[in-house]
Amino acid sequence: MLNSFRLLALAALSLPVLAQSPTYHVGRAATPADIAARDITVGPDGTGLPAGEGTAAEGAVVYANRCEECHGPEGRGADQGGFIGKPADLLGDSPKKTVGSYWPYAAPLWGYVDRAMPFDRPGELTRDQVYSVVAYILHLNGLIGENDKLNAETLPKIQMPNRDGFVPDPRPDTP
Amino acid sequence: MPETKDEERSSRRTFMALTAAIGGLAACESGTEAPVAGGPRHLGSTISPYSERSKYETTTRFMPATKTPEQASSRTPLQELQGIITPSGLHFERHHAGIPDIDPVNHELLVHGLVDRPTIFTMDDLKRLPSVSVVRFVECSGNGGSEWTAPGSTTAQLAHGLASCSEWTGVPLRVVLEELGVQPEGRWIYAEGADACLMARSVPIEKAMDDALLAYAQNGDALRPAQGYPLRLLLPGYEGNTNVKWLHVIKVTDQPMMTRDETSKYTDLLPDGKARQFTFDLDAKSLITSPSGGQKIADLGFVEIRGLAWSGRGLIERVEVSVDGGETWADAELEGPLHPKAFTRFRLPWHWDGSTAVLLSRATDETGYLQPTVDQLIEARGKNSNYHNNSQKSWTIAADGSVSNA
Repeated sequence: MLNSFRLLALAALSLPVLAQSPTYHVGRAATPADIAARDITVGPDGTGLPAGEGTAAEGAVVYANRCEECHGPEGRGADQGGFIGKPADLLGDSPKKTVGSYWPYAAPLWGYVDRAMPFDRPGELTRDQVYSVVAYILHLNGLIGENDKLNAETLPKIQMPNRDGFVPDPRPDTP
Repeated sequence: MPETKDEERSSRRTFMALTAAIGGLAACESGTEAPVAGGPRHLGSTISPYSERSKYETTTRFMPATKTPEQASSRTPLQELQGIITPSGLHFERHHAGIPDIDPVNHELLVHGLVDRPTIFTMDDLKRLPSVSVVRFVECSGNGGSEWTAPGSTTAQLAHGLASCSEWTGVPLRVVLEELGVQPEGRWIYAEGADACLMARSVPIEKAMDDALLAYAQNGDALRPAQGYPLRLLLPGYEGNTNVKWLHVIKVTDQPMMTRDETSKYTDLLPDGKARQFTFDLDAKSLITSPSGGQKIADLGFVEIRGLAWSGRGLIERVEVSVDGGETWADAELEGPLHPKAFTRFRLPWHWDGSTAVLLSRATDETGYLQPTVDQLIEARGKNSNYHNNSQKSWTIAADGSVSNA
């Protein structure tokens, strides 16, 4: 019994070091190519944004074709929510959470449209189309001009109006 | 084979002996050789590869009418269930882009980012690693959302059915992360599902290294597709949305990724326009499931008040029940064994004398936290926070025994 364990241990040692995890010897090393093929994260600072670009003017066309049916003309909302607003819309009895009123960062908006939209066929849009649709939404909120080029460099620099609107969890908060 | 035949003969002999004995008894009483009661009888149905429930049992999840059933939720019939385990087929659902059809042979988990050894695991790899089984609830943080301003829903299922409890089996995420070596800057993990919208959440590394589980089984069987087959993240006590289903990527990061579901959604808006973010823990909650809204007490006399309590912060320590709208309280019995961050069944015998009554319960967890009233929650958070309504829930008994939300 002991001998066969020793044999197994020797066999494991003789495999390429990269192949498996150190204690349990399972899994395979992920190569940079493996990671690049699967990693779609876009951080709040824009890390992970890919090459490509678009403008609001271009985005208006994409929006009319693929977004307007659910989100309404010019981002005003229909069956699904609209996009336009300002932080003051968060006050009162009927607060409205929109890109303009609520989202704290611009770059993750690119990440969300890229991964999840259009609802019926996510992943359909090209990178340029995602940049242009995001540009259109930001333009509707008055945050960029109609022909401003949105790309990996310019997008993270956009300061969202509700950037400082979030606070940590203070619970317990009841007696 | 002969052994089996012997066993068959043996059990047949036992059966015949028993039959004879019963027959004899009958003969003694009646003085005749009458067949046993009701005989002769038809044989029942045969053995089968997979059991369905009795055709007389019809309880189901509640599904609201929606134009987008792929982006919707269904609710567990809590008032119809016993004990603490939710049958897998009745576990509540919340999907954002439908249930993907995943062949486990092709499913892989990539763990990368701020680790020394980024690694890809197959399902077979994960199942070889040290495993644990735990009983834990999962609850959507939007559960009870209809109850913020007024009693809105008629039954326990409608009001609080976005909560369920299962025995989950999997490999602790800590085991995998220690195997890969988390770098000192690694403060968060980003977890992503393989559903159409690649739903993703960020989770503090402390939780990942504590009781997070890469779960592949539920109630002894493989996860149901609606629960993330073949792999989900289980974060005991954390709001349901963070328990990413169809898990295929974990990335260790130095900061949260600020995904849509941790900024635009699942944040708790306060009256001053600020919003609480990363409100992960589900606080202690309890709910009387019987008698509850939509039910009717059959008759005067003995009624066993039954309910469920749970806390995302640990064990339920105490549940009190009131039958007079909160004027006086009695301790309910908690049924063991108790599991932390799990449904806990409570019971209290009661004599219903036919008068109107208002029933409610309140739980205390092991941190000493007492389940609040909805007014206390509104005092602290206003009415727009949507999520995390764990307030006390009352039911009104009318003189005819019918129970309604109040």
